[in-house]
Amino acid sequence: MSQREFFIDYSRCIGCQACVQACAECDTHRGTSMIHLETIERLDSVQTAPQVCMHCENPVCARVCPADAIKKTPDGVVQSSLKPRCIACSNCVVSCPFGVPKYMAEFEQMMKCDMCYDRSSVGKKPMCAAVCPSGALTFTTMEEIQRTRRGIPVNSWTFGEEEVKTKVYVMVPREVDRVNVDLIQIAPTPSALPADPYDVALMLEVQQ
Amino acid sequence: MKPPITTPRISDTAHAMLWGLIAAMTLIVGILAGSRGLRDFDPALVSYAGASVLAGFGLGYRYAMWLRRPPTRLYWHRGWQIFLNPRRLPANLAHLARIVWNSVVLQRFIDRRSHLRWTAHWFLAWGCILAAAVTFPLSFGWVRFETAQDNQEIYRAFLFGIPLGSFHLGTTIAELTFNILDIAAVMVLIGVFFALWRRGRDHGAWSVQQFSNDMLPLIFLFAISITGLFLTISTHLMRGIYYGFLSQLHAITVILTLLYLPFGKFFHIFQRPAQLAIDFYKQDGAAGPQAGCSRCGQPFASRMHIDDLKTIQAALGIRYQLADGTHYQDVCPACRRKNLALTQDGLWKSQGPNPRGC
Repeated sequence: MSQREFFIDYSRCIGCQACVQACAECDTHRGTSMIHLETIERLDSVQTAPQVCMHCENPVCARVCPADAIKKTPDGVVQSSLKPRCIACSNCVVSCPFGVPKYMAEFEQMMKCDMCYDRSSVGKKPMCAAVCPSGALTFTTMEEIQRTRRGIPVNSWTFGEEEVKTKVYVMVPREVDRVNVDLIQIAPTPSALPADPYDVALMLEVQQ
Repeated sequence: MKPPITTPRISDTAHAMLWGLIAAMTLIVGILAGSRGLRDFDPALVSYAGASVLAGFGLGYRYAMWLRRPPTRLYWHRGWQIFLNPRRLPANLAHLARIVWNSVVLQRFIDRRSHLRWTAHWFLAWGCILAAAVTFPLSFGWVRFETAQDNQEIYRAFLFGIPLGSFHLGTTIAELTFNILDIAAVMVLIGVFFALWRRGRDHGAWSVQQFSNDMLPLIFLFAISITGLFLTISTHLMRGIYYGFLSQLHAITVILTLLYLPFGKFFHIFQRPAQLAIDFYKQDGAAGPQAGCSRCGQPFASRMHIDDLKTIQAALGIRYQLADGTHYQDVCPACRRKNLALTQDGLWKSQGPNPRGC
């Protein structure tokens, strides 16, 4: 059987939070969920998006780390910072092009998604991919993803002039061979619209 | 504040070798001066002193190499700039005392990670510090003991040849002085036991641990401690049997550990105090202007931190300038994540309506 890879398809996310709960069950970061689940723009869209570590080939987080605390395993998985070395500067947190590392103030350490290394290193699915009901997060073979999905998996990105290649793939239309990331703003809801007392999104926004 | 220079000027290796030699020479001069021209130097401990000089070279080399990294260099300079600011020095010294107490003496941040990890680390750290505080001055001839000329029951202690005091054999202070390395060895063995206990039960640790980085240091510490205790056992319980062999074995374990010191896990002892500088850096950044996200407008880091990161990224060849003239570094992490989903969404939208209608 071919090697299994991690595929992410933001457009399939239904915001169920199963990945967030399952992530905290992983033994390498027990009790702490490392996945991000973003609500894109509560008032204007119901879209949600999960974000796992993309495991860059030449990780920016490791390059900007003053303590040389971020290491990659031989199979290309970028690990959380080494506990004895991390000096809690947060360079990685604000430099990562995908916004992945988390600074855990309580532990004075950067932690991040490590693809549930205790599981994925022995061929098991990472917790988030194991529980995702919509296929937004999938851990399977290249052949299987190409057989079952409309788009193709791509792992090349540009952020400005910075080119990044990742171990994790994103699903895009067949014509695309690289994702060029530019800033995208959603046009805000016109404020002239009357407030709807039955608008659940607005209610949630106020509660936040 | 002017950003520090981040571009290396001479070859990294030559620079690091130079600092290694400076560290080794400083230690040799320290041994010569501290032992009063080797008059107080104990020749039986020459192998320990020699290995310490080699470790000094290795530490100087590794530390200089580490400081050649652009982010490390920048924070090194920034940390000192902020700490030595004359207006803030008194407050900084008070803050330093607080964080040294919490992070170095009590190591509270490790306790918050796990009690078991803290127990192991605290005993290992303080056992090693106690042993180092005794062994190095003795090996360098900085501290020596002699019996009083008029009374064989009285021991006198000297530091750099200056009398420190005396004590009578059989007193508590004599017992503590003669057995302090045994106490340190027991502390280290307790730490090794808890560290192995944790590693034996933690599935997460199993998957990421490496023999050279995680097990070897524990093996070294166990070997030093157990062979050191064997020396005491040989002396007091076995009438000195195998003492010569055991002392050679103990010396080998110590020398190997000293040679491993600059290049293995133990280097964090010298590297980790950089976290104190980061504490001052964060404090200074929080008091200054904040950087707002160019997408959502919310502050997400100090302006100083973001500007410094841009300097570091330029030195590392990371090019985050966007086509519209903005800089990706000015986008907060949450907006970066949202932006990725919107980018993928845009790619699908550009393909026109989904033929399946969903």
